[in-house]
Amino acid sequence: MSALLETHALTAYYGDFQALFGIDAEVRDGECVALIGANGAGKSTFLRAIAGLGRSAPDAIVFDGTRIGAKSPPEIAALGIALVPEGRRLFASLSVEENLSTGTFNGRKGPWTTGRVYELFPVLAEKRRASPNALSGGQQQMVAIGRALMANPRLLMCDEVSLGLAPAVVKDVYAALRRACAESGVSVVIVEQDIDLACAMSQRAYCFTHGNVSLSGESGALTRDAISAAYFGV
Amino acid sequence: MNWVDTIVQGTLLGGLYALFAMGLAVIYGVMRQINIAHGDFIVLGAYLSLGLIAATGLHPFLVIPLAAAVFALFGYALQRGLLNRTLGGGILAPLVVTYGLAIVIENVLQQTQSADARSIKLPGLDTASLPIGGGLAVGAFPLIMFVVAAAVALVLEIVFNRTRLGVAFRAVSDDREIASIVGMRDERLFGYASAISFAVIAIASVFMGIKFTFTPSLGPNFLLYAFEAIVIGGMGSFYGTLAGGVILGIAQAIGFAINPGWGILAGHLVFLAVLLVRPTGLFARTA
Repeated sequence: MSALLETHALTAYYGDFQALFGIDAEVRDGECVALIGANGAGKSTFLRAIAGLGRSAPDAIVFDGTRIGAKSPPEIAALGIALVPEGRRLFASLSVEENLSTGTFNGRKGPWTTGRVYELFPVLAEKRRASPNALSGGQQQMVAIGRALMANPRLLMCDEVSLGLAPAVVKDVYAALRRACAESGVSVVIVEQDIDLACAMSQRAYCFTHGNVSLSGESGALTRDAISAAYFGV
Repeated sequence: MNWVDTIVQGTLLGGLYALFAMGLAVIYGVMRQINIAHGDFIVLGAYLSLGLIAATGLHPFLVIPLAAAVFALFGYALQRGLLNRTLGGGILAPLVVTYGLAIVIENVLQQTQSADARSIKLPGLDTASLPIGGGLAVGAFPLIMFVVAAAVALVLEIVFNRTRLGVAFRAVSDDREIASIVGMRDERLFGYASAISFAVIAIASVFMGIKFTFTPSLGPNFLLYAFEAIVIGGMGSFYGTLAGGVILGIAQAIGFAINPGWGILAGHLVFLAVLLVRPTGLFARTA
């Protein structure tokens, strides 16, 4: 399998603090990669850097053979990278359907339409005219995922989609995500606090510690002890 | 004092204040940026329109689309070339830069146009009026002014709420960062919003020039009226801004009717009362 996304010695800052100290990672075509690690380890900063929200060296990030490290967020979106941001970050003055439609502003053609998102998350169809503030946390997360899918991405990055959701809802959301990605062959990066879930969802995993990769490998082959050791940097 | 007449006159005058306010509301609504030079651009637009009328010999109403097109291009260029650079670093930079623009515009106009009062002549319609029953009549010009203001509010509501551009305007206003990662080019969107604002400024400036006599130093007054109309009406709805302008106009008309010195003051008092009782405005849609 060829690499869709590669990072080479990627460094990034969170405000004035250096959050990433040279990350080498890759995501292959069609695979799901999990990023695990403690709070503040740099997982979200890594996703933000790839989305273009941060200044990186031009060749620190390569997507499908194109150096995108210095490109702007809209340029990166147009290449087919979509982010489901931490905390969902829906547009409060837009209805559910308008929020979904914002995903299409990158101008990519593809299979995703609002109709298909409503098939994936039927509950949203009844709420299409509602304000996102009137939705439950799980429904808001569905809109955030739907918005990213509407971008017809080749790489979908999900930052803590389980945050603040009831366990049953988390299961549903991940099941839908897995189905959607399998259907459209999109590569996925998930940041997830629940390590068992992260390993179950993904083919490979990277564990981040203090802005470095402390462990990586096939998700099924990573042992609890190895992850614990990497997690806390001991 | 004839109450009905006073309220009708105030309502129609309020149309002009709403025109002042809607351009400002567009910029604030999309960029969260306050254009301190807004009133001075209205004055500048009036001088531009005078020049266009003199150069083309067209009727002032026919000059409106021309002035609006010129100002829209100017607004786009100003936003892309200057004002976008002031964004993202807190509220101070845009305030200081537009304040500087206000000073420059006023002084350049003083130098080149003199401080003499000017006005735009309206052939034919100056004194025309329509009887509305009960022995009352409304002037044709104030009525046209109000209808245009209502039409501008309607068009802006449609653009902001029913079009893809409007979705982008509201999205970039809500969350600029997320708007950029879904592929919206915020600097270009801000340019479009500024173009719309300046087109509305040009429309407002022609009606202002006909309604009032103006000098280069009147800009800050117009900014204040615009600001008051927005605060009274509340953010997030152009109909609210129209209503805010009307309330300001009625307050001034009643003040004038009681005592010619009290008109402007009455408007300010209503503004302060709204600010005190309902700081989000009477018809606010968003906080």
